[in-house]
Amino acid sequence: MLHIPILRQGVPYKSVESVELVHHATGKPMAEVSQANSGMIVRDVGRMPDDVLESFTVRELFEMCRKAANLFMTASLPIGDQQQSFKDYVNQLSAGTGMPITYCRNNAGKIHRVMDDIEVVVGGLTRGFDVGILDKGFGRHNGGTLSYFRDGRIFGAVLPSNSPGVHSLWIPAIVLKAPIVLKPGREEPWTPYRIIQSLMAAGVPKEAFGFYPTDHAGAGELLRVTDRSMMFGDTSTTRPYENNRNVEIHGPGFSKILLDDDASENWEPFVDLMVASIETNGGRSCINASAIWTPKNGRRIADAVAKQLAKRNALPAVDPNATLAAFANPLVADRISEVIDHGLREVDAIDLTEQFRGSPRLVKKGRIAYLLPTVVWCPDREHPLANREFLFPYASVVECPTDQMPHAIGKSLIVSAITSDESFQKSLMACSNIDRLNFGPIPTYKISWDQPHEGNLFEHLYRQRAFQNEPSA
Amino acid sequence: MVQTQVDSGLVSKIDSWRAQLDAHTCDIVAWHFDPATGCPFWLSYAEKLDWDPHREIQSFDDLRKFEPFQDEWLRGGPVRRWVPKAFTNDPVFVFETGGSTGVPKSRINVNDFRTDYELFSQTLSDTDFPRHADWLMLGPSGPRRLRLAVEHLCQHRGGICFCVDMDPRWVVRLIKSGRMDLMHEYKDHVINQALTLLRAHDNIQCLFATPKLLEALCDRVSLVKMGIKGVFCGGTQLTRQFHRFAREELLEEKIAFCPTYGNTLMGLACHKPFDPADDHCVIYHPPCPRAMIEVVKPDEIDTLADYGEVGRVRLTTLTKEFFMPGFLERDEALRLPPCEKYPWDGVGDVRPFSGFATPVVEGVY
Repeated sequence: MLHIPILRQGVPYKSVESVELVHHATGKPMAEVSQANSGMIVRDVGRMPDDVLESFTVRELFEMCRKAANLFMTASLPIGDQQQSFKDYVNQLSAGTGMPITYCRNNAGKIHRVMDDIEVVVGGLTRGFDVGILDKGFGRHNGGTLSYFRDGRIFGAVLPSNSPGVHSLWIPAIVLKAPIVLKPGREEPWTPYRIIQSLMAAGVPKEAFGFYPTDHAGAGELLRVTDRSMMFGDTSTTRPYENNRNVEIHGPGFSKILLDDDASENWEPFVDLMVASIETNGGRSCINASAIWTPKNGRRIADAVAKQLAKRNALPAVDPNATLAAFANPLVADRISEVIDHGLREVDAIDLTEQFRGSPRLVKKGRIAYLLPTVVWCPDREHPLANREFLFPYASVVECPTDQMPHAIGKSLIVSAITSDESFQKSLMACSNIDRLNFGPIPTYKISWDQPHEGNLFEHLYRQRAFQNEPSA
Repeated sequence: MVQTQVDSGLVSKIDSWRAQLDAHTCDIVAWHFDPATGCPFWLSYAEKLDWDPHREIQSFDDLRKFEPFQDEWLRGGPVRRWVPKAFTNDPVFVFETGGSTGVPKSRINVNDFRTDYELFSQTLSDTDFPRHADWLMLGPSGPRRLRLAVEHLCQHRGGICFCVDMDPRWVVRLIKSGRMDLMHEYKDHVINQALTLLRAHDNIQCLFATPKLLEALCDRVSLVKMGIKGVFCGGTQLTRQFHRFAREELLEEKIAFCPTYGNTLMGLACHKPFDPADDHCVIYHPPCPRAMIEVVKPDEIDTLADYGEVGRVRLTTLTKEFFMPGFLERDEALRLPPCEKYPWDGVGDVRPFSGFATPVVEGVY
């Protein structure tokens, strides 16, 4: 059976303990993944050469990253003692996680884009100063001296299994010269492993990479011993790190589409945008819309969106028309569906998609389960289902006057506000709850990589210092 | 691959040990249910039975006639009800279990801990744990047996034992309240004391440490360079991967590693000597006939699991100081067959019992 090893400074290590990955639909074993004990992570991070990438300029690392982008999409790369083609990767990713093949391929495209456009991405993070300043430590920018030093000597990441596209978020750490230590999601070692292999094949020294599949305790130790890190998880997982400035948290997004008074009167042209924002990428990402807020016509908008989403079916992951990811563990789907049913027992809220579809949202096929898209009409914005995010295409539709929206929407990773009302725009600009703000009919999932949200990796890794340099002679 | 079949060459040895265990069981039952020697708890218990333990317990298997030993019986007082009449005039220790699940269980002790560790000492090599070498005990003391036991082991081998305390109840509290920074600060405080002692006393050549503290110590210093020759490790779960990591990396394959499984109620189970064929499974054998470990089917506690099968751990202690028949431990393990050195059942891959609804905070030290 395929074995996915731990990588200790890029060197494969087979643990005596492993987790078996099975095909989501057939249950057939696919791979065993070596598991690291937490002490190994602590020991290895302490011995990792934190300056191993300092011998390269940032531009040289850009070049390696661009080369890696191509290798990621085309090359046969090592995985354990086997080789993995891009097609193998997509098939394994889909089989292991239940994500549709098309979804896996699209996400790989996102990763490729970030690696290929790494200079633009880093330019967005650094606001465009000459990256040679990072090589030398100081330089001239806009007529003044600018100096930075890297405070994040080793960068760690505790990664999720739900959406391969998120791996594009840690990739810039490498070109910013920080060796990385990754804990992959339990079902998704495939993507980070392949990215690492493509970077090594492109010339990045193997000593810059740690890859440690591990348990909860191991993840905690990784976050503790790395200088800077990012973690993905639900609110209960991320809460202990809320006040830890060394850990950048990527939790639920609660992303939203807001309509102003005009748009709520003339809402029909925006239905496709709302549907796409809810369901793209299987609706599993924090950048999917999980709520639509409108001052008027809430029920009519909810009906229109629900009518479209009610047409979606649970199709096998290999079907090119599949849009929904399967839950390899049907109990998770059961629990999510129960939470929604529990919320619907409260007055007024209605699952409109279920009404249009005429069948329940929970679908079981063999050993797997699906949750069909769900749109809940919540006249009361305080309803328990009004501001929820789940691991499938789910959205509530809520009515709220525009002047109250900025305070009422709560923390929202992305807000797409369909408005040309300057006063509404101004109040949203002043709202501290929003990480990424779009004005106009822009889908929530459409991200411009030169503008980071949810933290800036460069600022996370580097600190600016006051610096003067007077030649001595 | 761990051996899961009984070696046919061991049959006569196994039978001989079984006979000793049965005879020892009868002696211990006779002792504890005799008003001249027994403790108030068991004498009072016997009065409520409609059968006579003296007559009906003729073998180890007959102990199943007792209901499973309830851990609640050991929580709270009066603790003197556990002191056998024969030891009324002896100095009595009371030791407590970890205390991670409410009121700790208490067990009285007179000499058992010394006897257990003297027997354990016989399994240690004089090369790895040299006679007259000094020891460092790095782990919980307070109400636990461990500190006194390790100190006695060291003294029994002619050494002097240095001790650094670690309070696991405080650690559990810090973890439960999410104060991980404080927990790590406390761990550093413990390790700093250990390093100070190791640097100041050249004759410390043997170490007891819990797995977490061993890792933390080895993050700071090479024990090989510090002159340590043998490490005795226990107190919490040891996984296969930790076992391998400890041997190969923490101890650099130059220091003897001696994992043990024990607790206040049972005593100390020794590990089967390291065999690469065991794939780093840590295999323990109880100190038969003073204590037995059985692996039973979780839903059918009077049926032993098959060899190679995981089941719940059931402990039985059979000493003159303490009689504890059929106590269901909070652990599960693989049931493994007897071996040449220990011709009675062993257990491997011991870990917290997965059948509990609420996980217990384990492995904190």
